[in-house]
Amino acid sequence: MNINKINIGNLFLVTAIIMLLIGISFGLLAAFIYIYPDFLKDQLGFVALRPLHVSSALFWIILGATGCVYNGLRVVTKQNVTNKIAITQWILWIVAIVGIFISYFTHHFGGREYWEFNPIWALPIAIAWILFLSNFYSHITQVKKWPVYMWMWLTGVTFFLFIFIENYLWLFPYFREHFITDMTIQWKVSGSLVGSWNQMIYGTAFFLMDRITKTKNVGKNNLAFAMYFLGLFNLMFNWGHHVYTLPTEKYIRYVGYFVSMTEWIIFIKIFFDWKSTVNTIQKHYHYFPYKFLMASDIWVFLNLFGGILMSIPAINIYTHGTHVTVAHSMGTTIGINSMILLAACFEFLKPNIKNDTKSFNSLNIIFWFLQGFLLIFWVALNIAGIKKGLWQMSEQQISYSKMMESLHPYFIVFIIAGIGLIASFITIASKLLKNVSKNIINN
Amino acid sequence: MKLKARHTFFFLSVLFLAYSISIYMKPLSENEDARFNKKTAAEGRLVWQKYNCQACHQLYGLGGYLGPDLTNVYSHPKKGENLIKAMVKTGSKQMPAFNLSENEMQELVEFLKSTDASGTSDPRTFTQDNFGMIEGHEHK
Repeated sequence: MNINKINIGNLFLVTAIIMLLIGISFGLLAAFIYIYPDFLKDQLGFVALRPLHVSSALFWIILGATGCVYNGLRVVTKQNVTNKIAITQWILWIVAIVGIFISYFTHHFGGREYWEFNPIWALPIAIAWILFLSNFYSHITQVKKWPVYMWMWLTGVTFFLFIFIENYLWLFPYFREHFITDMTIQWKVSGSLVGSWNQMIYGTAFFLMDRITKTKNVGKNNLAFAMYFLGLFNLMFNWGHHVYTLPTEKYIRYVGYFVSMTEWIIFIKIFFDWKSTVNTIQKHYHYFPYKFLMASDIWVFLNLFGGILMSIPAINIYTHGTHVTVAHSMGTTIGINSMILLAACFEFLKPNIKNDTKSFNSLNIIFWFLQGFLLIFWVALNIAGIKKGLWQMSEQQISYSKMMESLHPYFIVFIIAGIGLIASFITIASKLLKNVSKNIINN
Repeated sequence: MKLKARHTFFFLSVLFLAYSISIYMKPLSENEDARFNKKTAAEGRLVWQKYNCQACHQLYGLGGYLGPDLTNVYSHPKKGENLIKAMVKTGSKQMPAFNLSENEMQELVEFLKSTDASGTSDPRTFTQDNFGMIEGHEHK
């Protein structure tokens, strides 16, 4: 097979969709343990199911963002990237994913939260990213005047590598022997890594807006650049809101507090400005990309509200270490990142549903089911979190296990909504993966 | 726009790097804490990761939510070293038993001794300064 015929962006998108399906399945199994503590306890247990779920979800986001950047770069430069390098990058990712999954199944951990695998598996990921960087840098120089989304891609791709390496500073005893510094760096990394892939994904949202409106205004105006720099500023400095309760230096927490308060505002404004410029014909032509981008818009609004509240220390005392934080991370990962990635999947994989009224209508219904189930899922987690927050501040505390038992009704709702989410994602993924070989191999 | 963007990008990146380095250098100005052995505690941190304790437990409210926060389990009047060892060995309703070597167990206990010595994670003990920032937890 001629590897130059491979559409590398779509190859990454398809791999990402498969990771999404795996991730949500493990998520459901892990969620059952909240209700049935013995569930799979002696087989996998929560210690393995949680990282299986979280890592798969992260790989969906990261590989999806990579696919979007490759596809976007091809459109902007009107050239294919160097496929040999990109295929090697993809193979390294597959090697890492297989290794990580085997190590989780056999209970060989050793890493930090969200990256619980043995650090050896970080090596193929780091090498894959260096290849991505080299491919990306060698092609962006061909574009003279950069729209904002190219700056965002550049930021995301570059900072991911720096922060990913920083993620392994704990290997050095110098850092590990100082617990508070070590924890500060761990959460600096967690916050900034999210910021780096957000740059790639939000960059893709701007790219799609440009493509849908065909006006080129969205990605080149001053407001878009102001928003980009605000995002970059947050990527670098807002992570301090994760460590308000940690006895680290006060200035770190104040910087996090101040920067967090600046987040999102311009982004929302741009989204609303953009929406009014899209006419009916364009909406029809890019029906599902438009719909998923609009859904992400609503989720930005909801999570913005929650995120800003949680960044206020007086409220953070109540929400920190509770399911409100889980609701926020699920809301942003599924509601914002996944919606934008699905919009991009519909744009780039182009599932043939326009002429199939039945498929079109069913997908439309599934879209609304997905939003509805996500809302129920998000609300249930928030209520469980508020209840836990009140418990941890109360003077006469019942035991931890009793408190967790009292949250069962919310966990049941969360699981039922989760099943609905899984069914919706599977239906959407089945449409996107229908012509998988045609999408990956260019004729 | 491109030139301006390039300058702003460069400026922010330098700022970020300087901020990161200032955090990396923090251990140089920290005093030794005689309450625990920092080398053994650092090895205990690896044991914590090897058995993925963070999947269910938190330190300073950061980690999994299935089990309780363990920052101050070492000095808790009803818990402490013996309970830590017993829980790890026998497990509970939802926690599996872990087969740690004697050395690993000592290192893990030393790590939890060091987290306990670093401050308290109980939000009921926190106060706030004039700007609303959480404080007071540095002093146990």
